[in-house]
Amino acid sequence: MRILVVEDDQVLSDGLKVGLGLAGMTVDMVGTRAEACAAVAATSFDVVVLDLMLPDGSGLDVLREIRAAGNRTPVLLLTALDEVVDRVKGLDAGADDYLGKPFDLGELAARVRAVGRRGFGRAASRLAAAGVVLDPSSLSAAVDSEPVTLSRREFAVLALLMERPGQVRSKGEIEDRLYGWQEEVESNTVEVHIHNLRAKVGRERIETVRGVGYRMRGDS
Amino acid sequence: MNSLRGRLFVVLVAATGLIWLCGIVWISIGAKAELEHVLDTRIQEAARMVISLVGTGGAGAIAEAPGNAVGGASGGVKYERQLSCQIWALDGHLVARSGGAPDVLLSDRASGFSDRMINGEMWRVYSIESAAKGVRVMIGDRLGQRNQLVVDLAKGLMVPALLMVPALGVLIWVSVGRGLRPLVRTAGELRAREVDDMSPVDARGAPSEMRPLLEALNALFDKVEEARRVEREVTAFAAHELRTPLAGLKTQAQIAKASTDPAVRQGALDQILFSVDRTARLVRQLLALAKLDSGQQPDGDEEVCVGGVLSEVVDASHPAAVRVELDPALEDLTVRSNREILRVVLRNLHENAVQHSPEGGTVSWRLAPDGRSVVLEDEGSGIPAEELPLVFQRFYRGRHRAPTGCGLGLAIVETAARRTGASLVLENREDRSGLRAVIRLKPV
Repeated sequence: MRILVVEDDQVLSDGLKVGLGLAGMTVDMVGTRAEACAAVAATSFDVVVLDLMLPDGSGLDVLREIRAAGNRTPVLLLTALDEVVDRVKGLDAGADDYLGKPFDLGELAARVRAVGRRGFGRAASRLAAAGVVLDPSSLSAAVDSEPVTLSRREFAVLALLMERPGQVRSKGEIEDRLYGWQEEVESNTVEVHIHNLRAKVGRERIETVRGVGYRMRGDS
Repeated sequence: MNSLRGRLFVVLVAATGLIWLCGIVWISIGAKAELEHVLDTRIQEAARMVISLVGTGGAGAIAEAPGNAVGGASGGVKYERQLSCQIWALDGHLVARSGGAPDVLLSDRASGFSDRMINGEMWRVYSIESAAKGVRVMIGDRLGQRNQLVVDLAKGLMVPALLMVPALGVLIWVSVGRGLRPLVRTAGELRAREVDDMSPVDARGAPSEMRPLLEALNALFDKVEEARRVEREVTAFAAHELRTPLAGLKTQAQIAKASTDPAVRQGALDQILFSVDRTARLVRQLLALAKLDSGQQPDGDEEVCVGGVLSEVVDASHPAAVRVELDPALEDLTVRSNREILRVVLRNLHENAVQHSPEGGTVSWRLAPDGRSVVLEDEGSGIPAEELPLVFQRFYRGRHRAPTGCGLGLAIVETAARRTGASLVLENREDRSGLRAVIRLKPV
């Protein structure tokens, strides 16, 4: 999952980047309201984690702005203002979930996954297609009930393909999912990951659509 | 007396009583004068009547009937025998007298009015004499009886007045109570209020005497509401500023615990140390602010050497990459302040300047030309003009924030400076980028 964290505290945002990274997510960080609006407009994120108190305004303004622009990206509010009225205000402004500071990293990751999968229109936490089952909470995978060990990046690529089985994902989409803005994209990594994944889950399950991208074989 | 109703009651009853008393005294004096005039006229007329009745035969004609009552006006039983009449022959023997009249000469005056003491009683006497008839008629009136008349008149006025005073008192008490009803109503309204209800009291329908009070009360409500709003804001900010580092610490600690990668663990631990230092500073500043707000320290009233405090502050700060210049002239500057509060002002300004200085920059403390102000200049990026009015707000952090700042330093400086009667002006330097702070201190 590709996550945008909007948080101005340096220690916390670093912790979120590393912590959510450990949970298999690709995290981008911004620290101001203006940067947040620009980032959401420019990149497609799976979930936005939004602090309410930003140096140049309120996180609620960011929320209203992106909702007004028709953006439906799930938003999880992260804030120290945990009065009921603040929570209600946040949810009514278009947030999907709310977590008060300080929070547990595991809970935050679980909530991010939850609002993320609702964003994809799924209710089940596990992804399943063509005999492959992925569990995003433990980053574990099984093929025909046999556990398979995947690296974090391999897991991320496979999760992207399995979110919409049968739908073609371009190389660019996969790269977006794998790398944050600051990270250097190596030219043939996607091919390398696909190659390794095919070796682990079975060549026939991941199809190449020449000139377009890759897709997960549907159940049919 | 502390009750408005009681006070009004006493004042009104006393004033009414006093006015009545004055009225009674006035009426008594006026009645007495009028009475004297009327009675004088009466005895004069009586004397003339008697002398006209005396025959030309003169004294001899009446002498045959000595002791005859000649007259004697009588009102009620009470005022019986008020008048006495004597008829004297001109040769000096008593010809006749009315019943009850004394047998001594009522007056030694031949004619006209006179007052005389006879047998312990004052008499008012009118004498008239007729040379042709050879008699002198004297009509006398007891002054004691006259006074009794006046006293009776005054008593007649006093009794209903005294009877009416309690009735009047009740009336005044009830009226004052009714008059004060708006006050009671407003009090009830205020008493029934919720603790956080700061809406203004409706002053439009109130009596004009109460309106200034209600308007002042509403102004107070506004001020309290504003203070509470600021306090809520500060509390919200404080919650944010304390919980955010806690969230950061917890997250980093969980990473250090969960990660197997030594580099990731080391990074998380470094972040934890950094955050603990920062949070410790935040707590120290919050405490400093709370202490300033509570007014525990006495306000500036001792002589403090600015240079001494400043060198302690500078020595304690050990900035590695910033050069600090200290004007020796400051050693001689002694001001009226509080040493602890002044140290808070100077330390926060110094820390601020050092934090915002670029590497290799200079922070300089000088004495201003006016000889009583201290000037601090740094070589940082200054403060954007539109943010200058905001920087004293608690938790305000501008765009050029230092990573370790929490937006309290300048708020503390401003509060502390105000406490010691010093003033603080922040401006951007014109000669180069950087901030200049001018602290104007109270001279000795």
